[in-house]
Amino acid sequence: MTTGSPRLAVKVRVNGKESAKEVEPRLLLVHFLREELGLTGTHVGCDTSNCGACTILLDGKSVKSCTMFAVQADGREVTTIEGMQGADGELHPIQKAFWENHGLQCGYCTPGMVMQAAWLLRENPNPSEKEIRLGISGNLCRCTGYQNIVKSIEEAAKAMRSDGKSGR
Amino acid sequence: MLPRSFQYFAPASVEEAADLLREHAGDVKILAGGMSLIPLMKLRLASPGYLVDINRVKGLDYIKESDDGKSLQIGSLTRHHALESSPLVGKRAPLLSEAAASIGDPQVRNRGTIGGALAHSDPSGDWGATILAMRGVIKVQGPSGERSISIDDFLVDTFATALKEDEVITEVSVPIPPETGSGSAYMKLERKAGDFATVGVAVQLTLEERGDGVYCTYAGIGLAALGAKNLRAGKAEGCLTNMKLTKDTIAEASSAAERECSPSDDPLRGSAKYKREMAGLFTRRAVELAAARAQGRGGRGSR
Repeated sequence: MTTGSPRLAVKVRVNGKESAKEVEPRLLLVHFLREELGLTGTHVGCDTSNCGACTILLDGKSVKSCTMFAVQADGREVTTIEGMQGADGELHPIQKAFWENHGLQCGYCTPGMVMQAAWLLRENPNPSEKEIRLGISGNLCRCTGYQNIVKSIEEAAKAMRSDGKSGR
Repeated sequence: MLPRSFQYFAPASVEEAADLLREHAGDVKILAGGMSLIPLMKLRLASPGYLVDINRVKGLDYIKESDDGKSLQIGSLTRHHALESSPLVGKRAPLLSEAAASIGDPQVRNRGTIGGALAHSDPSGDWGATILAMRGVIKVQGPSGERSISIDDFLVDTFATALKEDEVITEVSVPIPPETGSGSAYMKLERKAGDFATVGVAVQLTLEERGDGVYCTYAGIGLAALGAKNLRAGKAEGCLTNMKLTKDTIAEASSAAERECSPSDDPLRGSAKYKREMAGLFTRRAVELAAARAQGRGGRGSR
């Protein structure tokens, strides 16, 4: 076993902004985002890749940032919940739909749900209820019973289809 | 939870990766999708001193038909989601699409790779059973060149494969089933969404109409979570191959699978007795579904 592994330079484009840091190879991406960049919208839930609270987009694909090393994101593009709202501060249609449909109670799972919904709706802009449920099967919510989360994603899909927006 | 410290390498070629593996033999792991390795490292069940991340190796992420059109070739770094959503896979080897869609959850499928899953050889894994049913071949590359290993020889034991420490899986290839008369099914019993299989059964069949009925000219049956590794249900296959497909032969095949598997008691997913019964039941259902698909019924998965 090695001790004191050298720190490695990592350059990641997060929410459109380039960030360069030196990190230990064992630093998980979620801790890089939260502690190195101060982007605490991405949550650590179970820390065992079950709950999906740490879901982010890596080069447009949803992944669990607790199950990836920050060094693996070198040269790549990351989108977190902080990158969802428009430049004018307006909520993304998915965020707006969660707001309007009571898609959250405590809110802990919400950033992960929104990021997963963003990927899902890009893959499939018009999902059935079943496809939505399967699509968020890697995201746990212990409050809502999922009903309003599913409804929020359905409404977001409608809104995004009508203004021709397929997510950011 | 943080893993123990390690040194990280991200080579650009398979050769470079193999060299690093040899140099650090005994204390090194390949990092592909990381969906099994990273959780194991975080729990400190695995603490390699060196990690060779192959995600930046070019030319390992592809799905294509071989030049002779006889097999489907899949680069080892191909993500489960790519297999799940590839129209080519859906058309030529739908068993792979169905198995891919049953793995973990969407985020895991966006990251996990077929080569990584096979190299991990989790007895509850879905790919081993699937590749067994299709009689696939694993291509690996090491310092002394390339070699091809049949899936039966590749899967050695729980978390153990025929892969040498300085070898990297480069490709998984499966024979493309005949265009007519082929059908497949992957059926998995899960406690909850995204769980490992309680039991999983992969079936690939080719059927032929003859004067006195429908005969089975090819049967491949792979089992997941029913032994120390993914198992071939060879006796069950024998009950079908070159036999007339009837209710009776299907029943014989499922009871053969029930007898030849070797599940163990587990506090989460049930007793060995229960799993054995489920092995029989799911083999019957999967053979019936694959047969219906082979005959143009039952939707997805014809071929």
